[in-house]
Amino acid sequence: MSETTPDVLLSLENVSLAFGGVRAISDVSFDIRRGEIRAIIGPNGAGKTSMLNVINGFYTPQLGRITFNGQPRSRMRPSEAARQGIARTFQNVALFKGMTTLDNIMTGRNLKMSRNLFWQALRHGPALAEEIEHRKVCEEIIDFLEIEAIRKTPVGKLPYGLQKRVELGRALAMEPKLLLLDEPMAGMNREEKEDMSRFIVEANRRLGATIALIEHDIGVVMDLSDRVVVLEYGRKIADDVPDVVKSDPKVIAAYLGVSH
Amino acid sequence: MNSPAKRGNPDDTFAKLMRVHAWVRAGRPAYRHKDLGIWRTWSWAEVYQEVRALARGFSTLGLKKGDRIAVAGANRPRLYWSIAAAQMIGAVPVPIYADSVADEIAAVLEHAGASMIVAQDQEQVDKALSILDRLPSVAKIIYDEPRGLADYDDARLVSLDELMATAKAELADPRVAKWLDDVIDAGQGGDPSVMLYTSGTTGRSKGVVLSAERCIAAARDTVAFDNLTDRDEALAYLPLAWVGDHYLNYAQGMVAGFCLACPESPATAAEDLREIGPTFHFAPPRVFESLLTRVMIRMEDASPLKRKLFHHFLGVARRWGERIVNREPVPLLARLHYALGEFLIYAPLKNALGFSRVRVAYTAGEAIGSDLFAFYRSLGLNLKQLYGQTEAFLYVTAQADGAVRSDTVGPPAPNVQLRIAADGEVQFKSPGMFVGYFNEPDKTAEALTADGFIKTGDAGFFEPDGQLKIVDRAKDVGKLADGQMFAPKYIENKLKFFADIREAVAIGDGRGFVSVMLNIELTSVGAWAERNGVSYASYQELAGHERVAKLIERHVDAVNKSLSNEPAMAGAQIKRFLILPKELDADDGELTRTQKVRRSFIADRYAPLVEGLYNGAAEAAISAEITYEDGRKGKLEGKSRIYELAPYPMSERSRAA
Repeated sequence: MSETTPDVLLSLENVSLAFGGVRAISDVSFDIRRGEIRAIIGPNGAGKTSMLNVINGFYTPQLGRITFNGQPRSRMRPSEAARQGIARTFQNVALFKGMTTLDNIMTGRNLKMSRNLFWQALRHGPALAEEIEHRKVCEEIIDFLEIEAIRKTPVGKLPYGLQKRVELGRALAMEPKLLLLDEPMAGMNREEKEDMSRFIVEANRRLGATIALIEHDIGVVMDLSDRVVVLEYGRKIADDVPDVVKSDPKVIAAYLGVSH
Repeated sequence: MNSPAKRGNPDDTFAKLMRVHAWVRAGRPAYRHKDLGIWRTWSWAEVYQEVRALARGFSTLGLKKGDRIAVAGANRPRLYWSIAAAQMIGAVPVPIYADSVADEIAAVLEHAGASMIVAQDQEQVDKALSILDRLPSVAKIIYDEPRGLADYDDARLVSLDELMATAKAELADPRVAKWLDDVIDAGQGGDPSVMLYTSGTTGRSKGVVLSAERCIAAARDTVAFDNLTDRDEALAYLPLAWVGDHYLNYAQGMVAGFCLACPESPATAAEDLREIGPTFHFAPPRVFESLLTRVMIRMEDASPLKRKLFHHFLGVARRWGERIVNREPVPLLARLHYALGEFLIYAPLKNALGFSRVRVAYTAGEAIGSDLFAFYRSLGLNLKQLYGQTEAFLYVTAQADGAVRSDTVGPPAPNVQLRIAADGEVQFKSPGMFVGYFNEPDKTAEALTADGFIKTGDAGFFEPDGQLKIVDRAKDVGKLADGQMFAPKYIENKLKFFADIREAVAIGDGRGFVSVMLNIELTSVGAWAERNGVSYASYQELAGHERVAKLIERHVDAVNKSLSNEPAMAGAQIKRFLILPKELDADDGELTRTQKVRRSFIADRYAPLVEGLYNGAAEAAISAEITYEDGRKGKLEGKSRIYELAPYPMSERSRAA
């Protein structure tokens, strides 16, 4: 498994990340293939969110090699990652609370708009035509996520489960090559989880998004993902298809908290 | 396309009507649908072509005259067009409730013997596929929205898009077009046009078969009655399978040529209503009630000035609004005051509710509170009531503009013959009346009288002004010993109208007079007791208090007075009453879980009290061992004083009638 295989979208090789003396990630290697749903799981503090932050360029690892879309990368800002086609949602919803659902999703299109802010503000001529084009994409996402009824509701007024859905919508609006989901189902009830699972699977199958997700609900993870990587204390302890990972004694030990 | 006039056909089927619209009002909007946030509109000419394509498509799939085709889903143009297309080739559409579970759908499909299903989306397709093993007659499932269905490989699945595209190409051939024109011409008004299943609250649902000419005749009458034209517009948000939607929207739209707007999704209907601003609208009473509640809650959060204005002008509306709507003479100053209210409050409120352009609005299905009814009418909304049934293809009675009351359902609709049978049951013959229940001649015979009237199962009577009043289900209505009609629910509802009375149980079937047993409402009577220095320790003590009895007696007396004004009811005034020593409770089996009194159960349990009501005693005691539903045994003890009232003489008005 290396970056030379054409179906690999992202590969991490021997990545290590430390904050001062604290090692968040130690010597971790794995890859994400095009079109798959890849789960990253592990107990609290295992380094999952740090790993997501490394992937989208928020943290730069001290050691290791990252290759995205065939290009090796060293140091980059999250905005560059976004431009390269990496979108993400956050553990705690990070939306513009005062803006409507539609406007929030439209912000996901911003990188795709070629006219500058001046023309956008003027809403005239080519900028207007462009906005209509982008609005169409957003409307398709609204239809896809079944949130027509809240199109014009400020997201601050929405219940948590719907805010999560809007956040997914904004990430999808970027038409990302890689979609990072940080605990997309945290704090949801069973029905909301089922809905969200459906949207993730559909985003993957229908819209062809490659997805990497962190999730605590192991049942959901095993149902959704094609492959699972398991972290513990910043190290990789398993990496395989769900059925194998499920019966891996190391994984079971990590989750049951057995000392070793 | 040939001119319909040239063909010289009577317009006795929906396909022929549609052909006329495509000719006469070709460019007028016929259907709208909000999709991806944008309202899309189809003209009559366009819709006619779409329906023709669907009809051709269904035909190539093997649908023949007389076959049944189920249509399952929400209010989507293409589902309405599927109904029209099936009718075009003489097949019988069977609309299905979108939220039915698979088993319910299976029962309907099996009974109807449907050979095809038009399914709106994946959800409906999934349900259909899950029951297909049980339904050998179903050959095809035609789906409208392809989302999520890419991986499905069942050979019976057909895409509506592809079906229509192929059919449109075929229809470009003049021979195929001619074939379809001939099929339309061959359609007969007497052929079954649609099959609507009853809700089945009273037993298994039955397939009501309606013929095209009767559907159209009924719709013509009501379209004329309410002056509906092709300038009108309605929002199609009621269930496709319900007679109300098929009549009010589909059939009336086809007759009048008005535009039917389909909401984006069921969840957005309220917002879509505001955007469309329909001119014709129907909503059941509970929808009007929840709208009013929402308005009131939001007004509580408004600024004090706005709140004050709101309440002031609501007062003005209450005083003058209905009279203005009814075009009665109103003083000039009051008119000006109301006009100011219209400008400041009523118009913005109606706009927020989506009622700005409504010319005619109806409500039906259950009794509507007079306050609730008056609220909307006083704002200037022309809200009226109708009474109808699936078997009638809806309209049995309807209120005319300017002759509207909250406690009646109106005089017979145009060309409807209405009568009250000897036992009080409402019976009718109407232009739209059904042909019969599908495959159930015995049930059909049961529903009809010997001379061909339909039995509604409802008991009612005519008011002196000719409006029908529905009082109860006919089977619950009894007779006093002297033959006077006794409608317990009607009397109970009148009593419960008083805030101090929580429950009422009316007794009288086969007896010499009516008596009632009451529960007081602890909160309101308790508040009254506090104000009037009546002290009490328990419900039982308060209920047994002499002064409380006097309070309640006044209410009972008021009910008697109102009964005395009604010719059919004057003889059923309450002669004796008592206040029960115990609150009726669903846990003890005395009420149903939906809080309806279980009359016969209560009559048994409280037999000693009932006996006291009829043996002239001044007091009755109850001491009985009772078994609760969970098996526990308890002792019910208490006594009630019995009060007697003098009945009012039958009023002049009611004697004259």
